[in-house]
Amino acid sequence: MSGYEARFRVWRGDQGGGALEDFAVEVNEGEVVLDIIHRLQATQAPDLAVRWNCKAGKCGSCSAEINGRPRLMCMTRMSVFTREETVTVTPLRAFPVVRDLVTDVGFNYAKAREVPAFVPPAGVGPGEYRMTQEDVDRSQEFRKCIECFLCQDTCHVVRDHEENKPAFAGPRFLMRVAELDMHPLDAAAGTGLDRARAAQDEHGLGYCNITKCCTEVCPEGIRITDNALIPLKERAVDRKYDPLVWLGSKIRRRRES
Amino acid sequence: MSVVERQEWDVVVVGAGGAGLRAAIEARERGARTAVICKSLFGKAHTVMAEGGIAAAMGNANERDDWTVHFRDTLRGGKFLNQWRMAELHAKEAPDRVWELETWGALFDRTKDGRISQRNFGGHEYPRLAHVGDRTGLELIRTLQQRIVALQQEDHRRTGAYESRLKVFQECTVTRVLKDGSRVCGVFAYERESGRFFVLEAPAVVIATGGIGKSFKVTSNSWEYTGDGHALALLAGAPLLNMEFVQFHPTGMVWPPSVKGILVTESVRGDGGVLRNSDGERFMFDYVPDVFKEKYAESEAEADRWYDDPDRNRRPPELLPRDEVARAINSEVKAGRGSPHGGVFLDVSTRMPAETVKRRLPSMYHQFKELADVDITAEAMEVGPTCHYVMGGVAVDSDTAAARGVPGLYAAGEVAGGMHGSNRLGGNSLSDLLVFGRRAGWHAAEYALGGERPRVAEEDVGSAAAEALRPFSAEAGAGAGAGAAGAADRAGGPPENPYALHQELQQTMNDLVGIIRREAEMEQALEKLAELRVRARRAGVEGHRQFNPGWHLALDLRNMLLVSECVARAALERTESRGGHTREDHAAMDRRWRNVNLLCRLTDPTDGLAATDPVRGQITLDRETTDPVRPDLLALFEQEELAKYLADEELYR
Repeated sequence: MSGYEARFRVWRGDQGGGALEDFAVEVNEGEVVLDIIHRLQATQAPDLAVRWNCKAGKCGSCSAEINGRPRLMCMTRMSVFTREETVTVTPLRAFPVVRDLVTDVGFNYAKAREVPAFVPPAGVGPGEYRMTQEDVDRSQEFRKCIECFLCQDTCHVVRDHEENKPAFAGPRFLMRVAELDMHPLDAAAGTGLDRARAAQDEHGLGYCNITKCCTEVCPEGIRITDNALIPLKERAVDRKYDPLVWLGSKIRRRRES
Repeated sequence: MSVVERQEWDVVVVGAGGAGLRAAIEARERGARTAVICKSLFGKAHTVMAEGGIAAAMGNANERDDWTVHFRDTLRGGKFLNQWRMAELHAKEAPDRVWELETWGALFDRTKDGRISQRNFGGHEYPRLAHVGDRTGLELIRTLQQRIVALQQEDHRRTGAYESRLKVFQECTVTRVLKDGSRVCGVFAYERESGRFFVLEAPAVVIATGGIGKSFKVTSNSWEYTGDGHALALLAGAPLLNMEFVQFHPTGMVWPPSVKGILVTESVRGDGGVLRNSDGERFMFDYVPDVFKEKYAESEAEADRWYDDPDRNRRPPELLPRDEVARAINSEVKAGRGSPHGGVFLDVSTRMPAETVKRRLPSMYHQFKELADVDITAEAMEVGPTCHYVMGGVAVDSDTAAARGVPGLYAAGEVAGGMHGSNRLGGNSLSDLLVFGRRAGWHAAEYALGGERPRVAEEDVGSAAAEALRPFSAEAGAGAGAGAAGAADRAGGPPENPYALHQELQQTMNDLVGIIRREAEMEQALEKLAELRVRARRAGVEGHRQFNPGWHLALDLRNMLLVSECVARAALERTESRGGHTREDHAAMDRRWRNVNLLCRLTDPTDGLAATDPVRGQITLDRETTDPVRPDLLALFEQEELAKYLADEELYR
């Protein structure tokens, strides 16, 4: 397969405003969207701002919206588009723009600080931790998270609702609460902290109406809604008082059948 | 020029990978107000790319393992050039550093009896790597990140502010370590987002910036790996040690071109993957060097039995140290027995069931599926060597991580030299970060809290700012207020594109100072580097200072050029082959070089015109004889084995 010239539209601008800019740019076999953005930097727009690091889907830096869908640029192959298609790349919509494709993701770091840390069990020294694989499996799934914040970006609770941000931690950090809640040796309960209850009362779990948008965009394939959020809801409140939990469990069952 | 903002801290840590974060945690816990500066977002450092695991002789998988075995393996892997005291501390302290992570919430894969599971890796006698699938680096970075957040929560409870005693300055780049006389007094940095300059004043600075891979074309390293810390230390007057040793990881992706160099974890081989050439041969059996002959299987049958019965069989040669495997792959491809895209085949599909592959190597499965359309449970991967790690680095004191000759400067992790000798074993990097990150943070805090605070001179801040702004004046038309230096540079030719210069540099290092080295080529590389240095002064950028990647690259070029010259000069000087330094014209390891360190120093600390002279260059090289290995450590080896490495006078002293 030989190279071809693709049409790209990239949002350029800053807090003051901006617009989509058109580019015609070379594409070669096997390339991903991030390669094309880099080619634009090297040949046509040297000051085009973009975040990236590992280029292998492991660090979660190069998040953006490609044709309106939140994705990692390094894991979006050009072969998923036709040659005729114009590829539109815009910054994450849920966060304030800094410049071009770079957004201010400070919201996420603020939310991370609001989740109380792991509480080590008293009387169990370093080297004495014993946990079975089955017991760590659940939390390990959540620790696959690369903090790309695509789930935070897509979640409709905050995507177009700035006013919900103070009260809502977002899927990533509700999942963090679930991860600690399911950690076999977390001793938070002994300090009077009920993590599931806190998820509900302090991190806005109640805002989530389990539309599973977060799960759909997760590049790590973590089943955020089914494995973290719903179980957390079930533990947080008696299920009969939350019709959404009931509904969620039905949907889940149907999918699995 | 406007006044540059200043803040006072006790310890400044440059870099937020495993070493930097571990140093910051330690410094803060010992009472020092600590600032961390990193180029990326907090939690994105290159450490996340580490896949296989953390080497620590916990003895969970084989109870015969202990620190002495780990120490021996590390010295063999490094071909006995390691700073032996570092290797000793590393082997002794690594288990504590791993266990400590569990108390901060890390969740490693488990053994049947609930302890931390350990896997096999190249050069390690027993299964030794604590791991989480093949995403161990992510677990490490996240655990340290969350530990930092936990300390900030503690500070918030106590002082009402999260960042009162431990603050992360993310997406900021340090361009100079500042000094007051001979002592460190802080750093000069800019915010990548706004381009704003600022100074952090501190009596102690820990450099933990990682490696130099971005000076090479084919590399597993991210954009951050531009040798910043190596250059900062050099510019601050500290020497770099043994920079000729660069590790080419044997297995990087070779296709498609856009992902060429991305790492394929060694766990693939540790868990049973085998290397084959285009004739279908397991060629590694032909490449077991004499020093390792007794320790590796001679037949496929024996190698295959080893996975289940390691006590009565020898390990497969696919698990030789990385330098050996990389050279072997290189030779096979050169001999015309390579794969279609210029690598060799790495196969797990015929070695274990698809489900096992997906469970043990989930991110490799994902990576090949998504990026190369290859299903590794059904077909072989194509792999080839990729620039992965630099063993050379800042010369440090083994116990304190203090840089030589510059009070207040510390270095830990990949940027520090010595620990791995001429070649690093897989898994020894994550443990290195933790062991020496902690030691650097500890001693930096002690030093910073122990004495009088130094002073940052206004004129030093001014010249650091002028240096950082230079790429913008290169862009302006002749005589447009850019100053005399700018005008003189432009007289030498048109403005240069920093991206184009970077590509030329990468091609030069890859082709001329790569995996196999020759005298004439390295001389040619030095000529080319001199030319690039002159042209880099004209590297101009457009636009403004707000998140401008062209400007950032123009500034990083200074560091890459400095470090590349160190690699080329040291490689030219060392007339033998050892570990991550292979000379075609001096193909054998030479015992007389065993106790020789090569030290690179800045020729002209004022960074003057020497830079334009290809013969003199910017770097002066010195030889030194290493300290003799302590007798009780030597006694851990058989005399017969030592004789392969040590010169006679070292053996019979």
